[in-house]
Amino acid sequence: MSTDVKIPQASTQAHHPDAKGVKLPIYMDNHATTPMDPRVLEEMLPYFMEKFGNAASRNHSFGWAAEEGVETARERIAKLVGATTKEIIFTSGATESDNLAIKGVAEMYREKGNHIITAVTEHKAVLDTCKRLEKYGYRVTYMPVQKDGLIDLDDLKRAMDDKTILVTIMAANNEIGVLQPVTEIGKLCRERGVIFHTDAVQAIGKIPVDVNKQNIDVMSITGHKLYGPKGVGALYVRRKNPRVQLSALIDGGGHERGMRSGTLNVPGIVGLGKACAIAQEELPQESCRLAGLRNRLRDRIMNRLDETYINGSMEHRLPGNLNISFAYVEGESLLMGINDIAVSSGSACTSATLEPSYVLKALGTGDDLAHSSIRFGIGRFNTEAEVDYVADRVIETVERLRELSPLYEMAKEGINLKDVKWAGE
Amino acid sequence: MSYSDKVIDHYNNPRNVGSMDKASTDVGTGLVGAPECGDVMKLQIRVNRETNVIEEAKFKTFGCGSAIASSSLATEWVKGKTVDEALSIKNMDIVKELSLPPVKIHCSVLAEDAIRAAIGDWKKKQESSKPVSVEAR
Repeated sequence: MSTDVKIPQASTQAHHPDAKGVKLPIYMDNHATTPMDPRVLEEMLPYFMEKFGNAASRNHSFGWAAEEGVETARERIAKLVGATTKEIIFTSGATESDNLAIKGVAEMYREKGNHIITAVTEHKAVLDTCKRLEKYGYRVTYMPVQKDGLIDLDDLKRAMDDKTILVTIMAANNEIGVLQPVTEIGKLCRERGVIFHTDAVQAIGKIPVDVNKQNIDVMSITGHKLYGPKGVGALYVRRKNPRVQLSALIDGGGHERGMRSGTLNVPGIVGLGKACAIAQEELPQESCRLAGLRNRLRDRIMNRLDETYINGSMEHRLPGNLNISFAYVEGESLLMGINDIAVSSGSACTSATLEPSYVLKALGTGDDLAHSSIRFGIGRFNTEAEVDYVADRVIETVERLRELSPLYEMAKEGINLKDVKWAGE
Repeated sequence: MSYSDKVIDHYNNPRNVGSMDKASTDVGTGLVGAPECGDVMKLQIRVNRETNVIEEAKFKTFGCGSAIASSSLATEWVKGKTVDEALSIKNMDIVKELSLPPVKIHCSVLAEDAIRAAIGDWKKKQESSKPVSVEAR
C-alpha cells in the first residue's frame, strides 16, 4: 500500500486575487542592499555634469562647488551620529572603513599592545581583516555570543588584558539584526583605555546612534544600506577624549586629513549625506512603522505554521529584520518557491562557500535549522500589502515543501531526528 | 544562479511524491544524506518478485531545488526498469538531463546513492526471506 501525496501546484500572483497593490517581484532583502531613495538621486545629479569638479581643486569655482557639496554631506553625517565634521572621513564603503579602522589602529598602537578583541558574529570585512592581522603577529580573541546573539559583557571584561588595544564589535548584525550593547561596551573600553570600533553599517539610520552617549571611538558607515549609493562610505574617528589616530591604508596626496588619500567620489558623498539627512528626519516614525510591519510578518507566519523558530533576540533587534528557521524545509528550495520575492537564506546551498551561516552556527542553531533559515529585511519602500503577500506565499510554500519532506514525515511519526543514524554523517 | 527549465518543472510538478509501506517485502527503501548537510532523500521502490521489474517508485526530499529535481527524476527513471537495469543509472546522466551546474553535481550523486540504497534494501529483504535449502541425505 502506498500513499500518494498530491502536491499543489506552485502558485503565482494570479492565484492571489487579493494581491492588488503588490508589484512583483517584491524586494524584501534590505540588509543586503537598499534601493536608492529618489530624493538622494535628485541631490546627487548636479554633481555628475554641472558641479563635476575635483573637490581638491582649490583654485577655481568648479572645485569650490564640489567641495561645498562634500562639506554639506560631511555635516549631515556628523549631525546624524553626534560627531564633529573633522571626525568624518570618506571611504569607498564599509569594507574599506572596517579595514582602515582595524588595521589603522593596530598599526598606530603597535607599541602599546598587540591584542584585539572581536566577536564570532562579525561581518567578514572585520573577521577577515583580523585574520590577516594574526598573520602579522597580532593576537585576536574571537568572543562567542549567547543563544540570543548578544555578547556577554563579563566575558569581554575577562578577555581584556594590558596588551589589548582595540575592541571591534558591530552595533547591529546583518543576518539576525541583533543589537549589541554598544553603550556598555564603549564604557568598559573607555575605563580600560582601549579603543572601541563599531561596524555600524546596519544600525545607522535605523536606530539612534550617538558616538558620545555610546562611548564610540571609531565607527564604520556605508551608503547603500540606507537608501544611498553603493561604492561610498565613511569612517568616524574620534578627536577628543581620547584622540584616536590611524595609520592610513592608502597613500597618495594626503586627502581626508592624511587618513585616506584619493580624489573624493563627490556624487556618492553627496548622496550619502542626503541619505543621512533623510534618516535623521524620518528615523523615529520609520523605525516604528518597520517594527510594525516586521511584527505583522512574524505573527502572520508563526500563527499559521508550527515548528518555526526565530533566530536571535527579538528584544534587541533592528526594527525591520526577521530571521526564521522553518524546520524540515531547506532554505534554497523555499526561496525557489517564492521566486517572486527577494529575501535570503542561511542555507549552505545559497552561500558561495557551501557552508551554512556561521552567524546562526554561533547562536548554537543546529546545521539543519541553519539550512532552513530565511532572512527578511523590511525597508522604507515595503508596504503592508507586500508583507501580507510575502507571509502567505511563505506559508503555502513551507506547507508544500513539508509534504515533500522525509524529515517532516519522520517527525510526524514521532521519530526524534536527533536519534537517527544518518547515512550522510 | 538560475535553474534549468527541467529543474523548475520537477520542482513545480514533482513526480511520484509519497511513501510506501517500509515493512512490505516487495518494498526497498533508501534513506541517504543528513539534515546537517542540508540534503536528505528517501527513495522507495516496489519490485515485482517474479520479473524483478520496479513497478512503482516514490520519493521525499529535504534539500534544494536541484536535489528535489534529481530525486524526482530518479523515480521516473527507475519505474519500468529491472533492478539491475536501475543500478546502471549514473549520476552524470541526471546532471545531463537536468543541466545541473558543477556546484549541484552532489545532488545527482545523492540521487544515485538513493537508488542504490533502495535496491540494496530490497535485495537484503529477498535474501532473508529465501527458504533455507535442506540438503538431501
